[in-house]
Amino acid sequence: MALSEFSRRGLGRRRVTGALGVTLALLCALLAAATLLVILGYVMVQGIGAINWEFLTQLPHPVGVPGGGVGNGILGTFIILAIATAMAVPIGLLTGIYLSLFGRGLLPEALRFMSDVLSGVPSIAIGLFAYAVLVAPLKHFSAFSASFAFAMLMLPLLVRTSEQAIRSVPQTVREGALALGMSNFRATVGIVLPTARPAIITALLLAIARVIGETAPLLFTAFGTQFWETNPNNPMAVLALQVFNYAISPYANWQSQAWGGALLLVAAVCVLSLGARLMLRRAMHGLEG
Amino acid sequence: MKSWLSRWPAVLALAAATIMPAAAATQLTGAGSTFDYPFFSKAFYVYNQKNPDVTVNYQSIGSGGGIKQFSARTVDFGATDVPMNAEELAGAKDPVLQIPVTLGGAAIAYNLPGVNATVKLTRQAVADIFLGKITKWNDPQIAKLNKGVSLPDTSIVVVHRSDGSGTSYIFTDFLSHVSPEWKSKIGTGKSPPWPTGLGAKGTEGVAGEVRSTPGAIGYVEMAYVVENKMSAALLQNKAGKWVDCNPDTVAAAAASKPEVSASNFSIVDASGANSYPISGYSWVVVYKKPSDAGRAKSLYAVLSWLIGPDGQGNAKSVDYVPLPRNVQETAAATLRQMQH
Amino acid sequence: MTTDAGSRFRRVARFVSPVDRGFAAVVYGGSILFALLILGLFVELLLGSWPSIVKFGPGFVFSSAWDPLNSKFGALPMIYGTLVTSLIAIALAGFIGIMSAVFLADFAPRWLATPLSFLIELLAAVPSVVYGLWGLFVLAPFMRTTAGPILQKLLGWTPFFSGTIYGVGLLTGGAILALMIVPTVTAISRDVVAAIPRDLREASMALGATKWETATRVVLPAARVGIFGACVLALGRALGETIAVTMVIGNRPEISASLFAPSYTLASVIANEFTEATTGIYISALIELGLILFLVSIVVNALARVMIWSVRGSERV
Repeated sequence: MALSEFSRRGLGRRRVTGALGVTLALLCALLAAATLLVILGYVMVQGIGAINWEFLTQLPHPVGVPGGGVGNGILGTFIILAIATAMAVPIGLLTGIYLSLFGRGLLPEALRFMSDVLSGVPSIAIGLFAYAVLVAPLKHFSAFSASFAFAMLMLPLLVRTSEQAIRSVPQTVREGALALGMSNFRATVGIVLPTARPAIITALLLAIARVIGETAPLLFTAFGTQFWETNPNNPMAVLALQVFNYAISPYANWQSQAWGGALLLVAAVCVLSLGARLMLRRAMHGLEG
Repeated sequence: MKSWLSRWPAVLALAAATIMPAAAATQLTGAGSTFDYPFFSKAFYVYNQKNPDVTVNYQSIGSGGGIKQFSARTVDFGATDVPMNAEELAGAKDPVLQIPVTLGGAAIAYNLPGVNATVKLTRQAVADIFLGKITKWNDPQIAKLNKGVSLPDTSIVVVHRSDGSGTSYIFTDFLSHVSPEWKSKIGTGKSPPWPTGLGAKGTEGVAGEVRSTPGAIGYVEMAYVVENKMSAALLQNKAGKWVDCNPDTVAAAAASKPEVSASNFSIVDASGANSYPISGYSWVVVYKKPSDAGRAKSLYAVLSWLIGPDGQGNAKSVDYVPLPRNVQETAAATLRQMQH
Repeated sequence: MTTDAGSRFRRVARFVSPVDRGFAAVVYGGSILFALLILGLFVELLLGSWPSIVKFGPGFVFSSAWDPLNSKFGALPMIYGTLVTSLIAIALAGFIGIMSAVFLADFAPRWLATPLSFLIELLAAVPSVVYGLWGLFVLAPFMRTTAGPILQKLLGWTPFFSGTIYGVGLLTGGAILALMIVPTVTAISRDVVAAIPRDLREASMALGATKWETATRVVLPAARVGIFGACVLALGRALGETIAVTMVIGNRPEISASLFAPSYTLASVIANEFTEATTGIYISALIELGLILFLVSIVVNALARVMIWSVRGSERV
């Protein structure tokens, strides 16, 4: 542990520099975390006043009529997410299985690259795509087209995570199943997938959290409506879109409802993220045990 | 363009269509003018109360958007503050009916905290502000019109529409009438190249931006001004009188031109002592032969109601002007050409 | 380990039975569908923008005209607005994010690192529209009444902080973006820093360096390519971010030096104008903006991933 003469002389000052540096780093981390708390706190304070039973269950009122709610937007968000999940999960899972089983070669590498690229494609560009394939040819806006856009936004995360989840299932588990004479199909579907399930559900929760507040593609897909709508073939109200429209409106009543809607979105994202964390813990646990 | 829109394999389209069940009640979708939105939102709400089996979903995306979505047939009707021109009609391919539905004025709303008196502006001053030639509220040109009002040394923040807007058309039509410089440099249109200012989405956005920005000035339909308790300037009209934007002055502007049609519709800078200079009709566009007979029937019923006395009766309560008698008749005659 | 397991598996797993063949076919079909979706996205954007590409040529990117009235379109003001807001964002978020990452990876005790990481990652999940709402009602007024005038007093002599302070504009847009990408920079940089081998740290400490010196002079330089990659990835997010920026950018297709001036980004033009564009060439020009955004995001993402992989290995980005 021989220190050079040079460094011994400056040691005191170097320790001070180090302490200052660490403090600076700590402050940066706190600043980042504090920003979140400030924004969340602000949304909470502004939004909590707007939230009541009527807000959660009623239709929006026309301009100038006080009250009203975002009930149709909440319902629409659930419907669109459900359809998006139904579209994204099979494709994501199949691609994930493919990548984990036939991992190398030109096509798998290309798929991985495309999946990574897709995760970086701006949601607005995906909205344009959904408009081109599902709105313009069908000649009407629809919840279905919004689900399609959401599914594309969810896919990269699902593909990569399911590939990794399946890969991380210990090889012995699969080999054991094959040794018992199971087909690859039964080994994958009956043994490997259930083991990987918590990790895949984690990914799904995170993917939903990613799109639940997504607004840009909705502008030219879901479009919005003031009424209850359950038919995915029609334009549908979506909470995030209502928040956007209300936020840029001049009406005090609507602006306050925008905060209320924002609070709902943030709460949903927090619940989903926490849920994903818990799921992940279970996934780790499951793999160890 | 059509080819881009129709290229994708019908497979996805069919899949979507077959999975989805048909809706029980009729839902009509309309899109367009934000100028009309408070009126439509009220009127269609009332209509739905009386006819629960028909809902009209109107989305205020701007007149340009209304025409585009109508031409792409993604909506049942479009609404626009400026009738479709020849090029746009050609773009729609099938014959279109253009029906006047309401009458309104664009108020010059501003936000000057601490100034309680109503600011007066000449037509020239409005043009110079939007040309970016007057940049301070205490500019001599404004100050001399408002003697006794202490105007602050605040920068003027011009707010205009960022989307294709019929209100912008009416407003720039007005500016082109009163300012040769505007006419030659900028011109009249739904999305003119604004020389200065902030862009905001929809009349809602302009009103919101003006309300939240001290020093801001923008043009919004008068219902928005009333509803949001904003300040709006007194304008000097062609006859030299100071008028504010209200149903009477807008009606006076409309009265100066009894015959309106989709090709001759401008009532800006109207003569008449009481005329408000930035007034205009708003129009609904429908196809002469709608593709779906069932929906056409509902659409016809809704629109006849809207341009009839019951529908127009909703105009006043939300600060719009009912259509003049003769225009109502023209509108009804035009609508009757629609197959239903 | 994965590759080893994979190769062993490939020896065992032979898809010979009819069931397995069917299974392989279905799995293969699913991935082909996935690939087709992504190719379709590209093809659609290309076809949609074709009329505009033909009409305006490469000049589209260099022209600053955005005049739907006369059907003249150029992307330069939007490219400028997009770049400037994103660069402001990365300048603000880069430093804070990297510092946070160093703290979380090398200094924070576990009881602090776990909740802090979770909070920062939660920042990434807050929807764009919520940031926009907050930006519109809190950040923009703050910029207009407080931060803007102070900056102008200090730096008003430069062209960058001169002129009217609208509240909304390039600087506000950049600031909102910075908030949104701090988590990306932090999370990935933290993983990259954590992936630097222990030996390197121990060697440095053994030579008498303090922990801080080790972090800044040994670990960070070793991780710099990966951290740079994290910043580039964050930049990619910032370039394509739509709603929050649209709400605070001022929506004006103009190039001005002042950071207080309103501007426009590629994504926000599409958000504002796509449903309303009437003429074919207008729509096509908007789609071409989308295509530019798409291509830029591909290049930026590919670059970022290669850099991150070089340090941390290719699992999970």
